[in-house]
Amino acid sequence: MNQDKLIALALMTVALSAVTGLAVITVFIFKEGVPIIVDAGLRGFFLSSDWDPAAGRFGILSMIVGSLIVTLGAMALGGVFGLSLAIVLTQFCPAKLAAIIKPVVELLAGIPSVVYGFMGVVTLVPLIRTYLGGPGLSVLAASIVLGIMVLPTVTSISVDALQAVPRSYWEGSVAMGATKWQTTHMIMLKAARSGIVAAIILGMGRALGETMAVIMVAGNALEVPGSLLDPVRTLTSNIALEMGYATGRHREALFATGVTLFVIIMIFNTTALVIARRGAGKRGPK
Amino acid sequence: MRRLSPAISQRIAMGILWLLTLATIAVLFYIIFYILIKGLPHITWEFLSQAPRSMGRKGGIFPMIVGTFMVSGLAVLIAAPLGVGTAVYLTEYTRESRFTFLLRFGADCLAGIPSIIYGLFGFVFFSIALGMGLSVLSGALTLALMVLPTIIRTAEEAIRAVPYAYREASYGLGSTRWQMVTRIVLPAALPGICTGIVLSLGRSISETAAVMLTAGSALRLPQSAFDSSRTLALHFYILSREGLSMEKGYATASVLIIIILVLNAFAYWLMRRFIRRAY
Amino acid sequence: MTPDALTPIIEVHDLSVRFSGKPVLNHLNLDIHRNERLAVIGPSGSGKTTFLRCLNRLNDLQHDFSHTGQILLDGKNIYAPEVNPARLRRRIGMVYAVPVPLPGSVYDNLVYGPKLAGVQSRDDLEELVESSLRAAFLWEEVKDRLRMSARDLSGGQQQRMCLARVLALKPDVMVLDEPCSGLDPISTAEIEDALLELKSSHAIVLVTNNTKQAGRASDRTAFFLMGELIEVGDTGRLFTNPVDQRTNDYLVGQFG
Repeated sequence: MNQDKLIALALMTVALSAVTGLAVITVFIFKEGVPIIVDAGLRGFFLSSDWDPAAGRFGILSMIVGSLIVTLGAMALGGVFGLSLAIVLTQFCPAKLAAIIKPVVELLAGIPSVVYGFMGVVTLVPLIRTYLGGPGLSVLAASIVLGIMVLPTVTSISVDALQAVPRSYWEGSVAMGATKWQTTHMIMLKAARSGIVAAIILGMGRALGETMAVIMVAGNALEVPGSLLDPVRTLTSNIALEMGYATGRHREALFATGVTLFVIIMIFNTTALVIARRGAGKRGPK
Repeated sequence: MRRLSPAISQRIAMGILWLLTLATIAVLFYIIFYILIKGLPHITWEFLSQAPRSMGRKGGIFPMIVGTFMVSGLAVLIAAPLGVGTAVYLTEYTRESRFTFLLRFGADCLAGIPSIIYGLFGFVFFSIALGMGLSVLSGALTLALMVLPTIIRTAEEAIRAVPYAYREASYGLGSTRWQMVTRIVLPAALPGICTGIVLSLGRSISETAAVMLTAGSALRLPQSAFDSSRTLALHFYILSREGLSMEKGYATASVLIIIILVLNAFAYWLMRRFIRRAY
Repeated sequence: MTPDALTPIIEVHDLSVRFSGKPVLNHLNLDIHRNERLAVIGPSGSGKTTFLRCLNRLNDLQHDFSHTGQILLDGKNIYAPEVNPARLRRRIGMVYAVPVPLPGSVYDNLVYGPKLAGVQSRDDLEELVESSLRAAFLWEEVKDRLRMSARDLSGGQQQRMCLARVLALKPDVMVLDEPCSGLDPISTAEIEDALLELKSSHAIVLVTNNTKQAGRASDRTAFFLMGELIEVGDTGRLFTNPVDQRTNDYLVGQFG
């Protein structure tokens, strides 16, 4: 019996690794980043779009806006495509076709972000530059590339949400003479609504956190973009681009950018989890 | 405006849905074929077995292949026991409680942290605070944290899928809890657990931002885990960003994609074995 | 067979069981004799299975389980703190209602328990496998396919294998929880025959919903109702001349 208790204790220690890791990450990121936020002041850091490390000015507003705009654009694309795929997979798909679509989605998720960025640079950016104008490296390019990248996330969580809807809802509706599409958009989507919303919010979290692909196609200009065709710099690009040569206060400011990113994404993800959990609870006995 | 009949609106809706689906599939195939067509011709045995010359404009990618497998392999080697152990603890050794909620919350949060933040953390914690510098080890530890939630989740699913009856039968025949776990549950859950491990391997191989800041970008062949090393994904990024060589770039990307395809296929095959082992 | 010649191997003293505070068994007193087949009958929900699972402490695995009273095996309380539940479960072996073949071959299934108990030599194991399978009347059917998957056996064969699996541990007591519930009459008969042979070396407790089975396959019968032991006695006598009116009502099918 004693041996079993020892094993349980050892396993509990192992199980604490994830939470411990999270705590250490949080502590170290905040430790490096918060002092300069305090120093530059909340207004000077968050509300100023004047990012000039050489002159000691660290306003990240343009990058916050950049991140949010690109993310919204990504969700417009990735959300629509991702949800459509989820609907097709769960409601309209014969098994053989699902066996093709599922691996496709998983492969899309597996492709490295640098490859996505590269494809964006060699195919998408010239297209935009030629047909729509501007430098090509733009909000639009970043949104499209990011949209494709977050699509798998939206699809897989939406699929889970749709599959969790009790079969009786579907059968009941069809038995009353509704078509498949009517059943889908009037019943199933509503029932899975919280899971789908969670999928979209989590997709936004992923888009906000994406770095390499965005660097390659977004142009990285330091102004707040005025249109879809303007170049933009996101919080993530800022960190990745300058971390290689930043020192002293500059480096601290990059960590502070990281802190900002961390907090925003945490808020998004926790919101999504809460929504998903509450939705699952509402459904009641199956 | 006249309302469309249900049959027609269904046709339209399904038309749109299928169009979007086909577009998505087309995008995937376009990406893969584009890279492979441009890159495969440049993959030679010399390319795979030689070191790069002239910053990567000439030569091969051998050190990057080694570096990639060292970093990713070590990461998964570290994360797998931790992840499976956590999953075993959560499923077999406790009931749902506030403590388990905390453990899961920690894993969920870890899963949501973007890779660049992992890079920052790995840099300041493993490389600087723990003195590892830019090294395979620092990169591996950072990536291990990144993939830990995935392993926990897939291992837990696999373990829960093992029928409860097996556990009772095992107890009934005089086993302790640990014997039951190691002789019955884990072997039965193995395909599912391996799927998670293979998926994690794929993720860590694709990773760039986190390894950039922790494993560095040295072009030399790493002699040990304490050396800095450049991974395939990072090498590809540098090649294309600096415009050093389109051909080598495409070739590197092709190697990456082929590795990912093989890993995904392997994971898929494992999943099917997992399901086919009808209980 | 006179009850006086038999000494109880298990004595249950005033056993009461609750799950999350809800009473399931009430002040049970029952002896189980060596070399007897004791049938436990009663309608669903009477606590028959719960009683069985107390005997090998399988109920310990439920978090809301609590009990008072004692169960003595050879005079020693099985719930004493120094008792090792794993070792106890080798002395009191259980067969479940649904056969549960463990993943692996027939051979793997049979040696699982003995290996845990420390039997290592291959000769010992193979001898155990053969003798247990013979005692379960399964040897002839599987002797040429011992290394093949246990899941490929038929339902009746699987259940006999589960019987053999328990026998391989050489238990003192065998408890069976409706072992024939999913089986065809032939398989049922085979198991009942096996139990008749086995009682010479084991005490057997057989929970069954099928009163006819109790009537033909046991020496004594105990009637449970709503968590209480209503009556226990020689099977022939209990079926023809029950002491308690409720026993009579159950046997004639007035409820259940």
